[in-house]
Amino acid sequence: MIVHRRALLTGISATVFARSARAAEVTDDASRIVAVPDKVERIFVAGPPAATLLYTFAPELLLGWTRKPEPAQCEFLGSGACDKPEVGRLTGRGNTTDLETLLKLKPDLILDVGTINNTYVSLANQVQQQAGIPYALLNGRFDACAETYRKLGALTHREAQGEEFARYAERTIATIKSRIDRIPDAQRPRVYYGRGPSGLETGQGGSINVETIEFLGAHNVAGERKGGMATVSLEQVLAWNPEVIITIEPALAPSIKTDAAWAPIKAVQTGRVYLSPGLPFGWVDFPPSVNRLIGLWWLAKVLYPDQFPEDLRPIARDFFQRFYHISPTDTQIDTVLGTHA
Amino acid sequence: MAGEFAALAVLVIALLIAFAVGRYPISPGDVVGVLAAKLTGRPPDVPAAAADVILHVRGPRVLAAVMIGAALAVAGTAFQGLFRNPLVSPDLLGASSGAALGAVLGIYFSLDVFAIQALAFLGGVLAVAAVYAIGSVVRARDPVLVLVLAGVVIGALLGAGVGLVKYLADPYNQLPAMTFWLLGSLAASSPSDLIPLFGPVALGTLILAALRWRINVLSLPDEEARALGLPVLPLRIAVIAAATLVTSASVATAGIIGWVGLVVPHIARTLVGPDFGRLVPAAALLGGGFLLVIDTIARTVSPVEIPLGILTAFVGTPFFIWLLAGVSKTWS
Repeated sequence: MIVHRRALLTGISATVFARSARAAEVTDDASRIVAVPDKVERIFVAGPPAATLLYTFAPELLLGWTRKPEPAQCEFLGSGACDKPEVGRLTGRGNTTDLETLLKLKPDLILDVGTINNTYVSLANQVQQQAGIPYALLNGRFDACAETYRKLGALTHREAQGEEFARYAERTIATIKSRIDRIPDAQRPRVYYGRGPSGLETGQGGSINVETIEFLGAHNVAGERKGGMATVSLEQVLAWNPEVIITIEPALAPSIKTDAAWAPIKAVQTGRVYLSPGLPFGWVDFPPSVNRLIGLWWLAKVLYPDQFPEDLRPIARDFFQRFYHISPTDTQIDTVLGTHA
Repeated sequence: MAGEFAALAVLVIALLIAFAVGRYPISPGDVVGVLAAKLTGRPPDVPAAAADVILHVRGPRVLAAVMIGAALAVAGTAFQGLFRNPLVSPDLLGASSGAALGAVLGIYFSLDVFAIQALAFLGGVLAVAAVYAIGSVVRARDPVLVLVLAGVVIGALLGAGVGLVKYLADPYNQLPAMTFWLLGSLAASSPSDLIPLFGPVALGTLILAALRWRINVLSLPDEEARALGLPVLPLRIAVIAAATLVTSASVATAGIIGWVGLVVPHIARTLVGPDFGRLVPAAALLGGGFLLVIDTIARTVSPVEIPLGILTAFVGTPFFIWLLAGVSKTWS
């Protein structure tokens, strides 16, 4: 009870401080004005995309993970990252009981990154009011990631660092984009993104799962219809006859290559079935956060091998040092890329 | 025999349409060519890609739909007789809930498709075994009622288990896979699916077909059935075991497909009357045709699959309401 009350008092004082002239006011991506306390040292993340983003930016501010990383992931996260507790999810249904856990952790700020709609805005307002802790909503769209880092910098009084991350993201995207823009439409491959145990779940046009594939100007065969994840029939995949198949299921890539039913597909016949790297976070799909930035290089190389001749290993090493705060060995990099003999 | 012919006609017409249409463009002539070549053993003179689609993708799916539809309809018919209740479906004793829990656990642990299906099948069989064990331990005047109640509570418990696994699952990767699986689909049917499906389905259906005359007597009150010299208990166990076998195998392959086992027996009843001797084969023909029609719609109307559970419910619900309205007349 004492803890609870103290936490409440902290929250109230934060709000009071925020009203004074010196406290920073930051407009979040939902156009909400967030009163940021003078000291932001403890941040509670509402979901996995926010956890990943905050870890890359400032792991010491992260109070805990939504879901604790698996041992395989921990190998690629800086020391101490996996000692942080699992604190649960705040977004979505059935999480109101988490409010006391949240107060007990005494966060200075609550951070959520993802889709911005009325549901999440009202949830943010409700939690902010109930807990007395400022709650910031940031845009999780991939093409907004540089801006998201700048906002995160403003929210944590680390503007220069935010600028540095934003520039890196912009540079990466600009480099890749400039080479792709030259490619005529006819040479852009038709891509099928396969997920699920049998590989027949795919992302429709505009879905967050195929964001980077579409961002790179490839033709998502399931993209004609807009929507989220959906199941398709194998016959439909055969009719689409994609030139490239990308999957995130380790078991799926080898089985697609050997299954007689998939054999007529062009991608299978030309050996262009690729398993996306997934460590420490997914390179193509989930969580929909900044982890997809390094995946953009991988994806660009897979889709347009002629335009992207460079070795991915130094690029990946640089990214891992900047964003994941570790210096991976050559063997580790090869493990992630799946390139070792 | 008019009723049986009508049911057979539905199945044959559905088969012709199902082989002829699909997302992959193949002319009806090529379809006939491929099938004729397959039956006579000669190499087909059609494009290899079209032959692959027919033999590896569309063909297995059509066969799976017919088998599963027939199996669920026969199991539903047997259960409605056994439990003397027109509103019973083959998942009454928890087969579907058990299979659902097995499947979501398989997806949760990222097992391969075959292991997921095996777990689903085991889950279905184990759930019914548990229900039956509870039913036989509890001594009551009406053992059938106890069985039904045990099925309801075990089903609810397993449903909570499914909810728990979904709650713990990775929301980006596993949760959609679980949701899609629970909605039912034959999208992933492959030739290798047909063998594990065919074994249990054929065995269970044969047992039910062989027992179909006795289900007539089983649907009488126990005392009367015994008075006619029928071994009620072993018969009941045999019917439940056979129905569980086919239901679990079907659900393991295609996910949860409701309504077929509930609705089709009633259509069959209107065609051939209440005698189980005629009802079981008619339900098998109709069930195969019904699910084949539903699945053909599911895979053809849009690039994205429509889950079978949704389509069957849209057809099944109006029928069920009509049934409720008229039930007192036909079943009293």
